Amino acid sequence: MEPSQGLRQMESLPDRGRELAGGLARETLTINMGPQHPSTHGVLRLVLELEGEVIVSCQPVIGYLHTGIEKEMEHRTYHQNIPLVDRIEYLSSYHEELAYCMAVEKLLGVEVPKRAQYIRVILCELNRIASHLVWLGTTGIDLNVSSLLMYCFRDRERILEMSEMVSGQRMMPGYFRIGGVAADLPDEFFPAVRQFLDEFPRRLDEYEAMLTDNLVWRRRHEGVAVLSREDALRYGVTGPTLRGSGVAYDVRKAFPYSSYEDFEFDVPTGENGDAFDRYRVRMEEMRQARRIVLQALDRLPGGPVITDDRKVALPPRGELVRSMEAVIHQFKLVSEGIRPPKGEVYAAVESPRGEKGYYIVSDGSNRPVRVRVRAPSFSNLQALPTMVRGGMLADVVVAIASIDIVLGDVDR
Amino acid sequence: MKASLTPVQEFLAERLGDGALEAHTFRGDATVVVARERVVEALQAVREEPWRFEVLLDLTAWDRYPAEPRFEVVYHLLSLHRGERLRVKTRVPGEDPVLPSAVPVFAGANWFEREVWDLFGIRFQGHPNLVRILLPDDWEGHPLRRDYPLTEEPVEFRGHVPKVPSEIIPHLPPPRRDP
Repeated sequence: MEPSQGLRQMESLPDRGRELAGGLARETLTINMGPQHPSTHGVLRLVLELEGEVIVSCQPVIGYLHTGIEKEMEHRTYHQNIPLVDRIEYLSSYHEELAYCMAVEKLLGVEVPKRAQYIRVILCELNRIASHLVWLGTTGIDLNVSSLLMYCFRDRERILEMSEMVSGQRMMPGYFRIGGVAADLPDEFFPAVRQFLDEFPRRLDEYEAMLTDNLVWRRRHEGVAVLSREDALRYGVTGPTLRGSGVAYDVRKAFPYSSYEDFEFDVPTGENGDAFDRYRVRMEEMRQARRIVLQALDRLPGGPVITDDRKVALPPRGELVRSMEAVIHQFKLVSEGIRPPKGEVYAAVESPRGEKGYYIVSDGSNRPVRVRVRAPSFSNLQALPTMVRGGMLADVVVAIASIDIVLGDVDR
Repeated sequence: MKASLTPVQEFLAERLGDGALEAHTFRGDATVVVARERVVEALQAVREEPWRFEVLLDLTAWDRYPAEPRFEVVYHLLSLHRGERLRVKTRVPGEDPVLPSAVPVFAGANWFEREVWDLFGIRFQGHPNLVRILLPDDWEGHPLRRDYPLTEEPVEFRGHVPKVPSEIIPHLPPPRRDP
């Protein structure tokens, strides 16, 4: 090759570069975020169309965690489904179980003893704190506040330990039963929960002192991933994401269940519908959850923890040696399960992510015809493209963290 | 139509006339069954004043196989204003499972309808992008149909006998009631 030719080529390079750049600036770039991306909090894939760093469109692709749980539930008896539902929204299994059990109880028309209702409230609210702590910690990781995760998981660990005392499991407890709960709270639970709740506000203050007035934290959250009130309603968004947009809808207040009407608590709401409002709402919800647990502990009534309807709940062990009838009931429940009347019901609870509903259709046989899980994360994720459009690529991470999705819940 | 209807059930029955097939309340859940051509009209009607059922909480379906009309599509609505939930249902035949899309009324219906198409094979006319959402694009069949068998993935363990969950406890039909 003649040197002069090479030199000519090199001289023309800057022009060529400008030409290329000019062409690119007018074009959009499509990139894949996920499915294996640490800040998608699971296996979520986003197809992002970018113009520079600005998002033109965002298309979530879901289904990577689809397990066919709804199909599986049609093939199991009502009791056998309880361990399955734990695995849907795995960060808040107690809410999942509560929603499922409430739907079956509604179908059966069974009354749950007051003590069992209070125990359910205590565990659900502790679970809410645990779930929100995971949200806070993982948001911290996304925004490079790695130490936050350690602090949050330290606190969450204590709730998981309490869950282990109560149900034998840290996660996936399988503790609620149709008509009540599996067993009464153990004695060692009460001092543990009291001590945790005594220390918890100080911890929260610490986190808020670290974050709320932190310049980086505010700049990454304020005005980011804004969801207007109208859009939130149009997409059926619920939970803290909806309340961050200024709608005070909380299933616990609107349709009280499991004795929530007995407790005093506030429903925090935001004004701007941005990520910072959702952060503030969740932080306040943790304080309110603590308030509810304290009230429930103080007023915990005595009595049985599961219904005495022998067609629904197993008889106590002690009865089995004395009563033939109890043995028959035990045998029938274990070998066949319960047979609710024909009909369909919808029951919902306020899970840490929003309205978690179960729609169950029964034909009168010992297993459901259809169990539909109304997943809050599914609806909330649908609003994500609206939140991130026109924003920066780096803010997508904040948007995903701020709607706090659980992919097990999205895909079921 | 039975006598004790909630105000919104009465309103829908009056508004739709023949289009409202049934209205009942079971365990406190108010339900209205409407004809499939009129379902979007019904959703639109209750979305307006004074009812304001403006949140579509859920849209799903279930398979009544082997009964006909085979599918029932279920809409769960919420009125924040009245603090009330409403269930609207419509029935779709198995031969021709098509009904109008609710996306023009509720933007949130988009994914729900894709999911119903994916798992039940019910088509929504007028949907902007009716493609599979949970299952892979090349999946065959619609798994939540009752005639789609529940199978188990093969597991490479020695001595593993595949067993579908339905074999653990036999399915017991509903008790026969004498008329």
